[in-house]
Amino acid sequence: MTAPKTLYDKIWDAHLVHEAEDGTSLIYIDRHLVHEVTSPQAFEGLRMAGRTVRAPDKTIAVPDHNVPTTLDRAGGITNEESRIQVEALDSNAAEFGVHYYPVSDVRQGIVHIVGPEQGWTLPGMTVVCGDSHTATHGAFGALAHGIGTSEVEHVLATQTLIQSKSKNMKVEITGTLPPGVTAKDITLTVIGRTGTAGGTGHVIEYCGEAIRALSMEGRMTVCNMAIEGGARAGLIAPDEKTFEYIKGRPHAPKGAQWETALAWWKTLFSDEDAHWDKVITIDASEIAPVVTWGTSPEDVLPITGTVPAPEDFTGGKVEAARRALDYMGLTPGTPLSEVEIDTVFIGSCTNGRIEDLRAVADVLKGKKIKEGLRAMIVPGSGLVRAQAEEEGLAEIFQQAGFEWRLAGCSMCLAMNPDQLAPGERCASTSNRNFEGRQGYKGRTHLMSPAMAAAAALTGRLTDVREMN
Amino acid sequence: MQKFTTLTGIAAPMPQINVDTDMIIPKQFLKTIKRTGLGVNLFDEMRFDRDGNENPDFVLNKPQYRDAEILVAGENFGCGSSREHAPWAIRDFGISCVIAPSFADIFYNNCFKNGILPIALPQEQVDILMKDAEKGANARMTVDLETQEITTSDGEVIRFEVDAFKKHCLLNGLDDIGLTLEKAAAIDSFEARQGQARPWV
Ligand code: SF4
Repeated sequence: MTAPKTLYDKIWDAHLVHEAEDGTSLIYIDRHLVHEVTSPQAFEGLRMAGRTVRAPDKTIAVPDHNVPTTLDRAGGITNEESRIQVEALDSNAAEFGVHYYPVSDVRQGIVHIVGPEQGWTLPGMTVVCGDSHTATHGAFGALAHGIGTSEVEHVLATQTLIQSKSKNMKVEITGTLPPGVTAKDITLTVIGRTGTAGGTGHVIEYCGEAIRALSMEGRMTVCNMAIEGGARAGLIAPDEKTFEYIKGRPHAPKGAQWETALAWWKTLFSDEDAHWDKVITIDASEIAPVVTWGTSPEDVLPITGTVPAPEDFTGGKVEAARRALDYMGLTPGTPLSEVEIDTVFIGSCTNGRIEDLRAVADVLKGKKIKEGLRAMIVPGSGLVRAQAEEEGLAEIFQQAGFEWRLAGCSMCLAMNPDQLAPGERCASTSNRNFEGRQGYKGRTHLMSPAMAAAAALTGRLTDVREMN
Repeated sequence: MQKFTTLTGIAAPMPQINVDTDMIIPKQFLKTIKRTGLGVNLFDEMRFDRDGNENPDFVLNKPQYRDAEILVAGENFGCGSSREHAPWAIRDFGISCVIAPSFADIFYNNCFKNGILPIALPQEQVDILMKDAEKGANARMTVDLETQEITTSDGEVIRFEVDAFKKHCLLNGLDDIGLTLEKAAAIDSFEARQGQARPWV
């Protein structure tokens, strides 16, 4: 009998090309996703060395970070540097023959939304991208993580990655989530509990009843932020929901191959007695709708809480909290629900999928946002946008006073014109509240789509459970 | 790939924890399609105000640290995005060694590809080095990758750990794509096996 293995162990073993005595391993990569920001130097490197892309069929490119999301974008990108970067991807994709979804394609969108949507991401695969939120794809039971540009070049040239194995960490969410509490609240609560370095050196597997109960969209939200907890990747074992989601997608296996694939996918779970280097258990009933108050994703509190004081912390965190409070313009002791906002951003690879938009529409239906507020919804892909229009969600958003945009990363990192002004305070469904992330001196509060919608209605951070 | 062997230089103290990649190189500088020239934008929003004036309190703007080649930092350095622009900017500025209690995974790996040695040490030892760095420009420390030792300006020696393969590549400035391509036969046979077992991939 072989030793019990975790899901991570199983995927790792199935992709091992070569292992040196010191454990340095060559891992085969099944899917390589590429976007315009982290790839130009990698393609240039290939060209300079006279190398080709080893497996163009396993390489999928889409521009997302720089693209404008306003309705007039067919007219081209005005920012010169952004335009050059997107054009570089256009020509690199053509030159090296990789799959490509240009800005004009209805399937274009945020790389981590497009991959699963098109059926590129499948259980048991290794998936990489020059982007830290590649962790998203772990929701399918795929080993997925971000890499730097040198590694992008390495994967393009060799379809492999040099890795040493991470440790195994289990995050179990037991029981059922209370009403009004979502996948985003789970993932933020975990980071609040473990800290942004809590998962460093580990691959996290999320499990437990509350994770099983999540839709595929919710699972993607949870895994998306594994990187914010410092983990190399987040994983969720595939189950019937996963198979159901994948079936019939353009690049999912079909016919006899579907059956063979399914048989293997069903073996992808952590064995009963598998060894875990670290285990965290959280009772779902204790999770509340949360928001962040500071400039690190670990700065998480229930919406019912108050702004903390630096003295509430220890070590390096005292100074960090002082700096964060100053940056965020918050006074200790203020109830979070009294913090007024200027802007609402709904979108990103964390929360830009159809289910997120449905949750937002549920809260907004028949209501108007607070006057004077700037509010935008940026769907994660052209197909999400089309579906939201078909379901009548877009109408609800626009009647409420939201701008309804085209697909892209947008104000998640503000590389395109969608940016916060200095001091502007934003309720955001994205994943990072770092200083300057959404615009120079911009202030970001992270939360779930339903919470962001509630904040749009009241003009302050709001407990969605109080809305009817 | 750039080499790193041994370095004696000025170390700048930056005790802040969770220094993220958005701080190291803000996104407006990610629009480049080159790897070079990012040093002037390193820590841009901390180093300069909106009009481009230097913030005199920021460590790398202080006269004694302008030529720093080593950075001693707080825990979880380099957290956030996978942008290799972060190590590119650090290297381009002239820093080729970062010492901290812990690093974010992707940033740590990216350093080695760019001739930067990241050294993770227990907090107490980082504290010693932080104190040494605070002495300013006269206190030069030495980092020797071959012997895996840091020597403070007082002659105190601190040993560090580094993965043997990464050390080998960094010492010799090896191109790891070239190394991997030598294993082409193993990759071919993996693909053949996978094509049989998992033809849908
Ligand atoms: S939506 Fe935000 S986090 Fe996601 S890929 Fe785009 S920039 Fe990165």
